[in-house]
Amino acid sequence: MNSHLNLLQPLLQLPSASLFSSVPQFTNSPTLIVMVGLPARGKTYISKKLTRYLNWIGVSTKAFNVGEYRREATRSYNSYEFFSPDNTEAMEIRKTCVAAALKDVFTYLTRYQGQVAVFDATNTTPERRQVILSFAKDNGYKVFFVESICDDPEIIAENIKQVKLTSPDYTDCDKEEALVDFLKRIECYQQTYIPLDDDTDRNLSYIKIFNVGSRYLVNKVQDHIQSRIVYYLMNIHVTPRSIYLCRHGESELNLLGRIGGDPGLSHRGTKFASALGDYMRDQSISDLKVWTSHMKRTIQTAEFLGVQYEQWKALNEIDAGVCEEMTYEEIQEHFPEEFALRDQDKYRYRYPKGESYEDLVHRLEPVIMELERQENVLVICHQAAMRCLLAYFLNKSDDELPYLKCPLHTVLKLTPIAYGCKVESVFLNIEAVNTHRDRPEKKLKHVVLHAIKAPSEN
Amino acid sequence: MKHRSPSEQHHGKHPRVGDCVAAASSTAQDGMEDKNASTHRELTQNPLKKIWMPYKNGLPEKHISQRKVCMTNCPTLIVTVGLPARGKTYISKKLTRYLNWIGVPTREFNVGQYRRDFMKIYKSFEFFRPDNEEGLKIRQQCASAALNDVRQYLAEDGGQVAVFDATNTTRERRETIVQFAEQNGFKVFFVESVCEDPDVIQENIVQVKLCSPDYTNCNTDEAVEDFMQRIKCYENSYETLDEVLDRDLSYIKIIDVGQRYLVNRVLDHIQSRIVYYLMNIHITPRSIYLCRHGESELNVKGRIGGDSGLTTRGKQFAKKLAQFIQTQSIVDLKVWTSQMKRTIQTAEALAVPYEQWKALNEIDAGVCEEMMYEEIQESHPLEFALRDQDKYRYRYPKGESYEDLVQRLEPVIMELERQENVLVICHQAVMRCLLAYFLDKSAEELPYLKCPLHTVLKLTPVAYGCKVESISLNVDAVNTHREKPENVNVHRSAADALQTVPPHL
Repeated sequence: MNSHLNLLQPLLQLPSASLFSSVPQFTNSPTLIVMVGLPARGKTYISKKLTRYLNWIGVSTKAFNVGEYRREATRSYNSYEFFSPDNTEAMEIRKTCVAAALKDVFTYLTRYQGQVAVFDATNTTPERRQVILSFAKDNGYKVFFVESICDDPEIIAENIKQVKLTSPDYTDCDKEEALVDFLKRIECYQQTYIPLDDDTDRNLSYIKIFNVGSRYLVNKVQDHIQSRIVYYLMNIHVTPRSIYLCRHGESELNLLGRIGGDPGLSHRGTKFASALGDYMRDQSISDLKVWTSHMKRTIQTAEFLGVQYEQWKALNEIDAGVCEEMTYEEIQEHFPEEFALRDQDKYRYRYPKGESYEDLVHRLEPVIMELERQENVLVICHQAAMRCLLAYFLNKSDDELPYLKCPLHTVLKLTPIAYGCKVESVFLNIEAVNTHRDRPEKKLKHVVLHAIKAPSEN
Repeated sequence: MKHRSPSEQHHGKHPRVGDCVAAASSTAQDGMEDKNASTHRELTQNPLKKIWMPYKNGLPEKHISQRKVCMTNCPTLIVTVGLPARGKTYISKKLTRYLNWIGVPTREFNVGQYRRDFMKIYKSFEFFRPDNEEGLKIRQQCASAALNDVRQYLAEDGGQVAVFDATNTTRERRETIVQFAEQNGFKVFFVESVCEDPDVIQENIVQVKLCSPDYTNCNTDEAVEDFMQRIKCYENSYETLDEVLDRDLSYIKIIDVGQRYLVNRVLDHIQSRIVYYLMNIHITPRSIYLCRHGESELNVKGRIGGDSGLTTRGKQFAKKLAQFIQTQSIVDLKVWTSQMKRTIQTAEALAVPYEQWKALNEIDAGVCEEMMYEEIQESHPLEFALRDQDKYRYRYPKGESYEDLVQRLEPVIMELERQENVLVICHQAVMRCLLAYFLDKSAEELPYLKCPLHTVLKLTPVAYGCKVESISLNVDAVNTHREKPENVNVHRSAADALQTVPPHL
């Protein structure tokens, strides 16, 4: 296997660990992100979203929610009194849970070489934060605090409604009881809550988010990854909205089973575009933004909507390099090794003189960032591009991403809800070819490798 | 939101006063209009930029919009706030340079400059005393004159962002500006710099104040003393942006040169980008080294693009580069390359860790990859002429333009701003783009910047700009620089087209 890997390396363009990487090194030390804030301030929402974003851009990240450890440890939640500062027995359990979570953080960052761990708990006292700082120092982790401060009772009530009432803690309660109990729970923390202090904590690295983003305080950003995290956190919002993803209408090359190129729509493709117009009108969306790529087929599709649209080069389909406009049969015939390599690692495989899905993700990052900033958006793009965007919203791994189903003439409506994303798939009833190629069963040994020359030295 | 189309901007149309919606198009404001398939517009690909645009009756339709960086339809007025010697002008100039580079037409308006133009001679700090009625009147007039020019730039001359660089230290003054902006339909974003570190202030004064026209006839000590007094004049009336009183304003407060930032009410994409940029820049002294890969096999054949290896001379250059880096004794140097063989081969000779960036790859010449200019003229004479007409915006068929390159390189620039000492081994077009950013070159100049092989450019930020040292490592190489020929007409002869092609094998 190893010898095969060496042969494959130049073709696969695998990054080699030590000397260089195919993406810029973000940080040498692992980073421990520490959430801070009273209950129902959006800490878990931020943790999960940030984790999803970082993983998508290629930074291995994992979230550790202490509440989950507590649920594991105590099995049944009785009432808010568990969180009372005088409840010494509960305090012990909670401390144990923190320790267990930190132990898992250590395993993830140090043993499994994760790059970022998000420690999701209230961490509302300087003492608790000091424990974490010492732990990080002992292990050579950088620490970045994310504090969420909110005193708007409406936002807090909405949070509680969206994510607390459906929590395992409250499965057997009626809504009113649950709400009352949770508010008392918050009170337990309020007594001892000391926010990050501008003065005493001036040497810590942190961002304070006030009232869901109307104001931010950023202190001592240390490195690239922290800078990216701050930028991301400053661009996300919680205003309800929907994102519509779809591909261009069926194209002339789709009909011929050819990949890439810059063809126009087929007849059925134009019918889809028209149907898309009807569908979007029925959605009655205020202030909808429409985005396309620079390729004719997405623009032609948008033209049928009769509204303004923006063209993004970043939304162009994956560049298949030397394989552009070929059928899969032709690729198999002319580039059998390439074809096989692609099936082995479809995410990282880069077409000769073309791109990989990994490159696509990198290219699409500004699109995702702007999607986060925006509200209602319709993105008309392409199969590979749509898979990348979908993987971001639905938290799909590198492995799953290139095989996500994004059929022609189908709109995916994504609506953020609670900690995730609701997906509605709407097929607009215009027939189209199927362009989806499933993960093949073939194993490596079936591939005939001709003598592959390493790039020659001059 | 609707946007002004590029063609509208070009003809200098401006938003109606007090109205942030661009000129109405034939489509509905919200939702969708019922459009019959048969009335839909024809798509034609613009031959220069290779952009698909809708045409109706043979004429380009106006309300198709290109993804431009500045997604705000209202122009933005950035207003600096802070005592003297807090880096306001430094920030203004740097921000202006960055925004222009990424394609957002931006200009800065420095009220101090207006004052110098008006007063001709600076006597002493007494001019700035709060009780100097005459002085106050003149300063007021200068601020008004500057705001007038701002209005002209944003409303009539196609500007997207104006940076109003002055102390603006009182709430009253800022309120005036906010009203001015409201009347004209501009969004306002404040950038306040707060700093109490005496060392930083001292360094500022030394770097940029002592050589100011105000102090040409003073000796250093006198100048410093006078300037300190000048700062005092502002201190008593200084009202910093307040979390409570100014909670409805959009601003970033930069504290102690970037130790801390307070960001309030970011309204749109461009403000978000500005905040991100300001949070990534620093003033720690450092140098950036830019060079191309060593001479490549395709270089000597006069062929563009491709992914060839180094010639013997190219390898010699790589060795000399290694020696050069050694002699510079640079602290903690980062080395970046593209993902093309020739830059990586060059870096290998340095025997230090390096990072590969795909974003640093050479411009993609699409169908013209690996061709000689003579061959391009032969097979694509129209393309060749179009490129000479607008080399910045011209996109190779199935390839890229310099404009695309800049967009691709933006994360590289952002990371260069974050870093300290960096050596970037890249390619001709890429290096031109990076250089244009550091040296504030226009889109017209950028594609013709001279970036010869085997030459290292050492850039060191100084005062408000960048010192450039060009170091040739004394290894011969072909010349790959093609000047703009005189005749760029599409019907020109091959001889005219190839007039400026540099010699090759």
